[in-house]
Amino acid sequence: MTGKPAPYPVKLENVWFNARTKPLIKDISATFADEEGLTVILGPNGAGKSLLLRLCHGILPAHEGLVTWGGGDDPGLHDHRQAMVFQRPVHLRRTAGGNIDFALKLHKMPRLQRAQRIDEALELTGLSRYRAIPARLLSFGEQQRLALARAWALAPDLLLLDEPTANLDPAAQRLIEEVLLKMIAGGTRVLMSSHDLNQARRLASHVVFLYRGRIKEQSSAEQFFAGPKNDLAQSFLRGDLLWWRRRAVFAPDPDKEDDKF
Amino acid sequence: MNDIWQAMATAVNLLAGLDASLVEIVARSLGVSLTAVVLATLIGLPLGAVLALSRFPGRRVILVIMNALMGLPPVVVGLIVLLMLSRSGPMGALGLLFTPAAMIIAQTILVLPIIVALSSTVIESLWQEYEEQMMSLGAGPWARVLALLWDGRFALMTTVLAGFGRANAEVGAVMIVGGNIDHVTRVMTTAIALEASRGDLALALGLGIVLLLLSLAINAASYSVREFARHRYQA
Ligand SMILES: Nc1ncnc2c1ncn2[C@@H]1O[C@H](COP(=O)(O)OP(=O)(O)OP(=O)(O)O)[C@@H](O)[C@H]1O
Ligand SMILES: [Mg+2]
Repeated sequence: MTGKPAPYPVKLENVWFNARTKPLIKDISATFADEEGLTVILGPNGAGKSLLLRLCHGILPAHEGLVTWGGGDDPGLHDHRQAMVFQRPVHLRRTAGGNIDFALKLHKMPRLQRAQRIDEALELTGLSRYRAIPARLLSFGEQQRLALARAWALAPDLLLLDEPTANLDPAAQRLIEEVLLKMIAGGTRVLMSSHDLNQARRLASHVVFLYRGRIKEQSSAEQFFAGPKNDLAQSFLRGDLLWWRRRAVFAPDPDKEDDKF
Repeated sequence: MNDIWQAMATAVNLLAGLDASLVEIVARSLGVSLTAVVLATLIGLPLGAVLALSRFPGRRVILVIMNALMGLPPVVVGLIVLLMLSRSGPMGALGLLFTPAAMIIAQTILVLPIIVALSSTVIESLWQEYEEQMMSLGAGPWARVLALLWDGRFALMTTVLAGFGRANAEVGAVMIVGGNIDHVTRVMTTAIALEASRGDLALALGLGIVLLLLSLAINAASYSVREFARHRYQA
């Protein structure tokens, strides 16, 4: 993965995404992964975190606005230096090892190297004994780990993770966090959505706070956890921000647009 | 009543003794139907994949038509192929009428819509599931199609078996374009039709039993393929 321009920073300019006429991502302009480390996207359910990650990955076309990678030099997804782990993992009807093999074959890795890489990926995520088991028979948490193993095996420069540890037990969660820290140390830049504030504190170097399709705050993790400027983000940190209680808890937003949706 | 029992006994004897004329007819039947199914699969699977994966105007119309054609009356297909192959027809020069080749053509046409319609459904639903992941992994069109065909192989196999069942059981098309000529184009279904009307119940019954067993075998195979896939891959 050398010689080519990196897929970061990811730059969004006035990006809108709508379901029919209902806007879900509203005029977002931001730059992600312009520095090393992990950026965590925080926000309540339905804020648009998954949509934002898909837009940043390039698998969802913006209805308006522009997404560019690597300062516009990178064509986006097609050079495969990005990988994404979806909130709901999707695996082919093959074994756990076969699923990683499929991804590596697409990257034209020679067979011997592939076998070794699969071993390492499964070892790292604690799935070694499932190598020959059909992936769709694994438990949900195991499938999520397998999705991460597959992403790791691709050695991406930019990794997008949609709540990768939401279904994991504490031990598995620690294992995965260790993998992530290793990848970050190796230079991979990570964009991850999460609800887990403690995890965000442990891993994040940058924080993005998303609410109803808009970025309400973007800052360094230190600044954010010391006390965000945005009232919604403050409430989210305290743990009492609920989508449908917004009006009751706060004075009406000058940005009335958001309350319609 | 006695006649029936006697015919039954003779039929069983014919089967047990692997009667030459019976075996000949069964072999021809299988030859014609299997060839037709292979041809229909070779044409229909790529068509089904294209219909499932591409978006072009008229795609929906074609899918609706293919679904409607699954219930195409065999005699109508027979009639159309007859018109095409008859001496004054557009393909009359080939001289295929009343040969096994004509029967294969008719059955291929009969089976094709089944393969196209069912396989495109299989491939499309699999694609809906895989789309984002495949895009994320940067799979090109060929890699996508191959992966879908491979992962859908069990469901696609049942599609082909459904086509085989249809080819095996139909009588109208092969009767019209084959002509039911002894030692040339006589197959199980046409032979049964003829022998039954002539009153030779033994051969008709013997062939009927073979046909029934075959149909059972096809359905059993289809069922096992589905069960196997479900256990192995939660497909
Ligand atoms: N195709 C679609 N059509 C209509 N609405 C959609 C569509 N996709 C997403 N939405 C809506 O957009 C909003 C944002 O969805 P998204 O999946 O990005 O939320 P999220 O922040 O990831 O939530 P969660 O924390 O529950 O994963 C949700 O309210 C969802 O219902
Ligand atoms: Mg989500």
